Amino acid sequence: MSTMVKAEAVHKSFGPVHVLQGIDLEVRTGEVFCIVGPSGSGKSTFLRCINHLEKINAGRLYVDGTLVGYREKGGKLYELRDREVAAQRRDIGMVFQRFNLFPHMTAVENVMEAPVQVKRVPKAEARKRAEDLLDRVGLADKRESYPAQLSGGQQQRVAIARALAMDPKLMLFDEPTSALDPELVGEVLDVMKALARDGMTMVVVTHEMGFAREVGDSLVFMDGGVVVESGDPREVLGNPRHERTKSFLSKVL
Amino acid sequence: MKTPTEATESDGTPPSRDVPEAIKAIPVRHWGRYVSAVVVLVLLALLVRAFATAEGLRWGSVGDFFFDDQILEGVKNTLVVSVLAMLMGLVLGVILAVMRMSKNPVTSSVAWGYIWVFRGTPIYVQLLLWFNLALIFPILDIMPIYKDEMTDVMTPFMAALLGLGLNEAAYMAEICRAGIQSVDEGQTEASQALGMTQAQNMRRVVLPQAMRVIVPPTGNEFINLLKTSSLCSVVMYEELLRKGQNIGNTSSAVVELLMVATVWYLVITSVFSVGQYYLERRFARGSSRQLPDTPWQRARKNLFTFGRGTGSGAQGAGGIGA
Repeated sequence: MSTMVKAEAVHKSFGPVHVLQGIDLEVRTGEVFCIVGPSGSGKSTFLRCINHLEKINAGRLYVDGTLVGYREKGGKLYELRDREVAAQRRDIGMVFQRFNLFPHMTAVENVMEAPVQVKRVPKAEARKRAEDLLDRVGLADKRESYPAQLSGGQQQRVAIARALAMDPKLMLFDEPTSALDPELVGEVLDVMKALARDGMTMVVVTHEMGFAREVGDSLVFMDGGVVVESGDPREVLGNPRHERTKSFLSKVL
Repeated sequence: MKTPTEATESDGTPPSRDVPEAIKAIPVRHWGRYVSAVVVLVLLALLVRAFATAEGLRWGSVGDFFFDDQILEGVKNTLVVSVLAMLMGLVLGVILAVMRMSKNPVTSSVAWGYIWVFRGTPIYVQLLLWFNLALIFPILDIMPIYKDEMTDVMTPFMAALLGLGLNEAAYMAEICRAGIQSVDEGQTEASQALGMTQAQNMRRVVLPQAMRVIVPPTGNEFINLLKTSSLCSVVMYEELLRKGQNIGNTSSAVVELLMVATVWYLVITSVFSVGQYYLERRFARGSSRQLPDTPWQRARKNLFTFGRGTGSGAQGAGGIGA
């Protein structure tokens, strides 16, 4: 199986705060890769490094064999231009904790925006595709609604459809259910499960241990900017080896 | 104490209680309100009567001069210089706002300095400086392309336009910056994550949302600018006030012509206030679940439900206002 994401000794600091202190991990193509850990452990920061929303300070990060954000030539690193970074991000979908839908556009306009602007897909075609995607996430009747008219769960499903519209080879989920009312979590997880069944490569930062156990193929537990423990989700969650993992799980399970 | 009604059996809804009789109480009488309303109305009537019967003010001449060719010319000139100065202010203002937010310290400090100078000095002084630029630079010499006497270039119109426009740019720059910065950072992250470039993000995502914050103060700026344009009479620009004063002085109808100008200014600002209302509505899309009715739609609804007792009544009269 090929590798989709490869991190080698990734470090990241915000000023004096050393958030990531050497992350090494590998996400294989087609797997659901879960990242869990207490808040402040750096899991969201790491996720944001994968599509270069954050610049890493040291180490190397590859997506599908390509270095993220830089070009390496003759032993030197060159920063990529705005346009080149944008091109790299096209193939990586991202879903945010706070949805971040465009509030001045309807659901269907949100989904077709990037294909039309970035990929120059003709509008009619993009709209058709967007409608299909909204059908797929169960929002066929909400096409013309503005985000403010939708519930949190519906907004997050539109956000997933928006990311899928770019036909990404990798999907990043940054605590996609953390901002939702408990009764709305299920509908978003169902969409993510369907996506996993279709073979999408997914990196999921989550507090939903049930989801990780059910659909996760790999799981890492992060704390203090390092990977403490990794392996099969059922194994790590069911039988943690490290003290830190044990005490965290005892609090959340 | 009450028993469930029979009606619940058929539709299967949970049993509800009898709805008690609606309260019909005698409302509290606010005598103070009646008294104060009467007092205000009486004072207002006295004021109107004082102006209507004033000896020094011939209302007939106000009407005569209202559509005078010279006055209409002045109205046109006021509109022309205001609109052009506003356009200049908008374009320059957006450029200055982008410069101010740029990471380049040179461009951002230059923009800061511009705003500092043009906001920190009275527009009256700026107008006079532009008008008298010929005293500083007698010859305008833009090396390869243009050379002329400054007095030929700096006509009253140019002085008025530059004075108003460059001043407006400084204010617009701050309004635009505030608008752009009011948009949530998550929006930029979302568009970046979708592979949009910074320019696409600005044009498609940030600016349309910033407009909601930018439009209302911009409308106010324009209405202010319309009124400030009356200062251009000091640089000999023949706008509404100056035209009025010209006629007033020659026909010894000074106050009548001032009244003409006053009413014209009110008419113009009112028209633009209505325009602003609809513009704000346009950019409010998506920010609230349902756009409120326009005053016109509200009036129509009230008309249709009139007398049926089902209408919600007059919920506050038209929301127009500068």
